[in-house]
Amino acid sequence: MANRLHVGTRKGLFELVRNNGVWEIVDVQFLGDPVSAVLADAEGSVWAALDLGHFGAKLWRRDRTGMWREMAVPVFPPKPEEAGDDPHPWSLGKIWVLESGGAGGRLWAGTMPGGLFRSDDDGASWSLSEALWHMPERRQWAGVAGGEQPGINSVLIDPENPADIRVGVSTAGVWASTDAGDSWHLINRGMYAEYMPPEQRENPILQDVHRLARCAAHPEIVWCQHHNGVFRSEDAGATWREVTAIRPSKFGFAVAAHPIDPHTAWFIPAIKDERRIPVDGKVVVARTRDGGGSFDVLRQGLPQHHAYDLVWRHGLAADESGERLAFGSTSGGLWISEDGGDSWTMPEARLPPVAVVRFAPA
Amino acid sequence: MAAPSAEVEGATVGDALAAVFTSRPGLRGYVLDDQGAVRRHVAVYVNGQPVHDRVRLTDPVGPNDEIYVLQALSGG
Repeated sequence: MANRLHVGTRKGLFELVRNNGVWEIVDVQFLGDPVSAVLADAEGSVWAALDLGHFGAKLWRRDRTGMWREMAVPVFPPKPEEAGDDPHPWSLGKIWVLESGGAGGRLWAGTMPGGLFRSDDDGASWSLSEALWHMPERRQWAGVAGGEQPGINSVLIDPENPADIRVGVSTAGVWASTDAGDSWHLINRGMYAEYMPPEQRENPILQDVHRLARCAAHPEIVWCQHHNGVFRSEDAGATWREVTAIRPSKFGFAVAAHPIDPHTAWFIPAIKDERRIPVDGKVVVARTRDGGGSFDVLRQGLPQHHAYDLVWRHGLAADESGERLAFGSTSGGLWISEDGGDSWTMPEARLPPVAVVRFAPA
Repeated sequence: MAAPSAEVEGATVGDALAAVFTSRPGLRGYVLDDQGAVRRHVAVYVNGQPVHDRVRLTDPVGPNDEIYVLQALSGG
């Protein structure tokens, strides 16, 4: 089980370690800087993406010796004249998600404005997935929250076959590559966008996929927290069935899949969608253990009185055992469970707004 | 990112900044975006006046001009 947790916030990166059964903050880096993505590998490296208001996106890596060094960031190619009417900027907005690529030194970075980048040298250099960026359909991708920049919020690698990749896009559905990013196609069927005109409701490219999570031991099982509800796929994202049993509400951003059990996943529901607060001011975690047929609403140790914490897309994580979970909120709340979500404790800290939590593999 | 003052040659703001970035390549991405334009929340002044061309950096500069790069504050 994981004993180390990284928490990226609006004002820095916090590292917690479990000592004698108690989670404590042992290190703070980039204090004052917004952290947009974090990744830790089994060998002891940590990557932190910063979203600096003035100076753009940056990437740092802590190597096994404990030394932090600034790395290269993904860079978009020069914008050609014929792309003058492209609705999306050809300049890195921020790194939204970082994932290990399953092969030595390989990393993937999902970004705003929608570029997917690959590194084969632990983040020292990056190359744009040109096939995805240059697809004509990419111009139909809608911006996050009505802005000009779409964002790749999820990158799912098949642990058995690292060339098999799924990405979730805000807002453009689910895209698949089976050749390590050389070609892509839009795959999601079965989702619906209830706010769209009837003719467009089921259009795959219009689906607002907030976050995807894949069962590591059963990579064909993928869960989705969508703007309009929760969905589950048993064929790696191609077809989706709505999970209507979710309680106490179906809106939310975050989802975590159990790494071993294909029937278990966790969500943090909120009132949709103009308000975006927990139902009745009570923070709860919804857990299914039967593939979405039913849910437990877990609240032991969570605030149940005038709590307005929202949890963003990357603010919920499970460790490799599925026993330890953590989530962080827009109000700076951080809760950790060691029993699969049955009960939660809050470390002694009052943090800045949390963007991302990530366990380091044990 | 430390950014000490430097004396460089160049006929335009873009040339002068490029000369600085040659010796400090990591600095470029802090000042310019991927397309080479000045970042939205960075300001560039020449002798106390904001530059006109923030996209291609073509404002002319002379041998004794001072280019000043600063962060334009925002957020909270």
